[in-house]
Amino acid sequence: MQVFINGERRTFDGDAAMPLLWYLRDELGLTGTKFGCGIGACGACTVHLEGTAIRSCSTPMQVLDGKHIVTIEGLDKEGNHPVQVAWRAANVPQCGYCQSGQIMQAAALLETTPNPTVQEIDTAMNGNICRCGTYVRIRAAIQAAASGMSA
Amino acid sequence: MSQSLPRRDFVKAVAIGGLVITVTASGCRKISDEARGPSAPTGEPFEPVVYVRLDPTGTVTIVCPRSEMGQGIRTTIAMIVADEMEADWKDVKVVQAPGDEKKYGSQNTDGSTSIRDFLPKYREAGATVRALLEAAAAKQWNVPVTEVAAQNGKVVHAGSKRSLRYGELVSTATTLPIPPVASLVLKTPAQFRYIGKEIPSLDLHDLTTGKAIFGQDLRREGMKYAVVARPLVYGGKVATVDSSEAEKVPGVERIVRLPDATPPTGFQALGGVAVVANSTWAAMQGRRKLKITWTDGPNASYDSERYRAELEKAVRKPGKVVRSQGDAARALNSGTRVSADYYIPHLAHAAMEPPAALAVFENGRCDTWSCTQNPGGTRETVAKALGIPVENVSSNVTLLGGGFGRKSKPDYVVEAALLSKEMAAPVKVVWTREDDIQHDFFHTVAAEHLEGAVNADGKVTAWLQRSALPSIASLFAPDVTYQAEWEVGQGMTDFPYAVANLQEEMGPAPARFRVGWYRSVINIPHAFAIGSFIDELAHAAGKDPREFVLELLGPDRVIDMGKAGLTGKAWNYGDSFESHPLDTARLRGVVELATSKAGWGQPLPAGRGRGLAVHRSFLSYVAMVIEVASNADGSISIERVDVAADGGFIANPDRVTAQFEGATMMGISNALYGEITFREGRPVQSNFSDYKVARMNVAPREIRVHLVPSEAKPGGIGEPGVPPVAPALANAIFAATGRRIRSLPVGDQLTKPEDKPAVKTVG
Repeated sequence: MQVFINGERRTFDGDAAMPLLWYLRDELGLTGTKFGCGIGACGACTVHLEGTAIRSCSTPMQVLDGKHIVTIEGLDKEGNHPVQVAWRAANVPQCGYCQSGQIMQAAALLETTPNPTVQEIDTAMNGNICRCGTYVRIRAAIQAAASGMSA
Repeated sequence: MSQSLPRRDFVKAVAIGGLVITVTASGCRKISDEARGPSAPTGEPFEPVVYVRLDPTGTVTIVCPRSEMGQGIRTTIAMIVADEMEADWKDVKVVQAPGDEKKYGSQNTDGSTSIRDFLPKYREAGATVRALLEAAAAKQWNVPVTEVAAQNGKVVHAGSKRSLRYGELVSTATTLPIPPVASLVLKTPAQFRYIGKEIPSLDLHDLTTGKAIFGQDLRREGMKYAVVARPLVYGGKVATVDSSEAEKVPGVERIVRLPDATPPTGFQALGGVAVVANSTWAAMQGRRKLKITWTDGPNASYDSERYRAELEKAVRKPGKVVRSQGDAARALNSGTRVSADYYIPHLAHAAMEPPAALAVFENGRCDTWSCTQNPGGTRETVAKALGIPVENVSSNVTLLGGGFGRKSKPDYVVEAALLSKEMAAPVKVVWTREDDIQHDFFHTVAAEHLEGAVNADGKVTAWLQRSALPSIASLFAPDVTYQAEWEVGQGMTDFPYAVANLQEEMGPAPARFRVGWYRSVINIPHAFAIGSFIDELAHAAGKDPREFVLELLGPDRVIDMGKAGLTGKAWNYGDSFESHPLDTARLRGVVELATSKAGWGQPLPAGRGRGLAVHRSFLSYVAMVIEVASNADGSISIERVDVAADGGFIANPDRVTAQFEGATMMGISNALYGEITFREGRPVQSNFSDYKVARMNVAPREIRVHLVPSEAKPGGIGEPGVPPVAPALANAIFAATGRRIRSLPVGDQLTKPEDKPAVKTVG
């Protein structure tokens, strides 16, 4: 089968039941996508599948034939997606481990909802756990990115 | 070539192509084994050391000996050193030190010590380099050193308008003597360039682009991947293993029995069966196919419900006295007597990054890489497990995806080391979330019994506290049934309130599982009980809780802990009470600040309430006001939190603020959801599906952190924000709803009928 990772065509012929997460991390060395829970409950492994935020830890390779995946490494070549820029301006990360997933989730939210309300942010981000507790800054950074993008 | 010139305070060496400054720790205190915890593996004597290197290109390299786990220590150390040396921030880079406690002093990143113990040495190191570079410039220009001044990466001579970049001064500086410490002039706060300013974290770009490398991200040519099936009961052992199905999983290479572990296990691995494979996924699939039977051992009877009953029984009768002043037993019999029982369950750290380690065993030595808080302890523990000298073990430190105390215990690194030796190949051990939650060094479980008497004027005349909880010391020694002095000393025997008749006792509580340090440690139960009970007494006395707590603090004073009626030694987080006194004025200060910022006393709409709590821990003083709103279904929303913190001198205000924001969230998570229960010796919860943690939907609308400007010696920062959260929240819930939370977590207590004594209705 074929899969497009950050725009690059890849051929995969391994265990079709293996989650995308392990293909990205172990086989491609794209370790920006993190392993947090393995059951889609924490969001650390969030990537974009055809533009939609998904949990790569519970998405088996077999459903990805011909699909386009974007990881944190491919969100923006220079790492300057408006969400990443807003994240740095607010000094959001503490340990940073969950932040790839948070950023990917936020970027997907702003694609569909360019000016989210606080309630919409909370709902969209509720699947992404941060044990350092950066939630208040994440909320502020998403609002800042939204106003930056719409300006 | 390298040359070192040992001196009393400084060592300078001319390293290849650069100037290296080493500051050693003469005069620094030493923390004894006892202070860190009985039999806890400790490194070399606690001697802070800092390394600065300046090379001829002008690059300033600062070695960070402490682990970065989100507190921003890499950036903060760099800010302090670079500021004192007047370096240009864009020339500064930080490298992570490997474990080498002979060189760096204790590297164990716990106890909120990285700034409070090392600040003076970081500043001296920077100031030494600055003085040396000024002397070098003066020599090159042949002018008096008093005429030159370091300025943002250059030394300038105002008279002749000449300047030299730091890199250009390296070769001259290496020929000059190190200036004595006494000659150093530290900057005044007005001269600070980075300290006290908002500086973006050095790792910010990597952390927002996926480039940062954590323990789970380690990769190496020829590396094998391993997961381990461990006994779920503490002290359990493998009885039989059928690995035939596991061996058939494509990619699985070997099934390895790990050595059994017998409690107390310290930081060593728990034993079990490892599956080694060519990918993480294959190893995980293989583990699923293992058929293992276990010999559970005596801890198989551990059951949280029964154990809670044992703890509660223990605190309802007189215990071992740890502090006594006046005659509480008698005084409790006059006035209004109030009593309450509190329960605080086990917690799992559940850092976002589950533990992971890579080890390479070759020719009798073992190199390790891991997300460890404790590279010194890692080396010692691995060396012991392998039976090789500690010199033959290295511990390299990655970024940590959270630590919270879990990653100061290197059992996972031991597993990687044992497996690398067995496989004669590099092995990375990956812990899954289930592994992390079920094989944690759990936060202890506690029952606290409080009694107090309030007289007709609403004054507290007697106070009794009894506490029972399994001690962390049980990790290292058998038959430990009581808290250590450094455990009752976390928020209990350092009780700062003015109560004439005070009695504090502890009940027996044998450990039936691995118990370990969890962010703010034993302050969690002690602060919850005391902070809640003060509020209960305030209501019993009919007084405003703020006025009541200020009155309870009594007149501003430094408490003489030597005369406070303790039966053992007073604990002050490894520091002396001379350097860090217990000062009630600072408690009062944070109460006044938090309440004034929160608008305490201003009317709130119906269904809203504010709660207050104040607590000193890790030498810092924190008060918190939490405002909650009651929802239609009985649940609550946290609207706003005002945190006032007096942590002494603050170097990196943005990261300190972030620590208090984060501690607030972690405290909320602990209070609302945190609970691990045991049944038949096994932890019941295993992942975020059943071990609930705080998510965005319960994050307050606002967390406002108010830092007290201070020139006092720094206290801890990472931990002290946690203890006041649960009592402030419980007090706010009471104010908003009239429901008193005495048992954590809050869970569904507010959405189901109150657990009151049944009232019989007729008809």
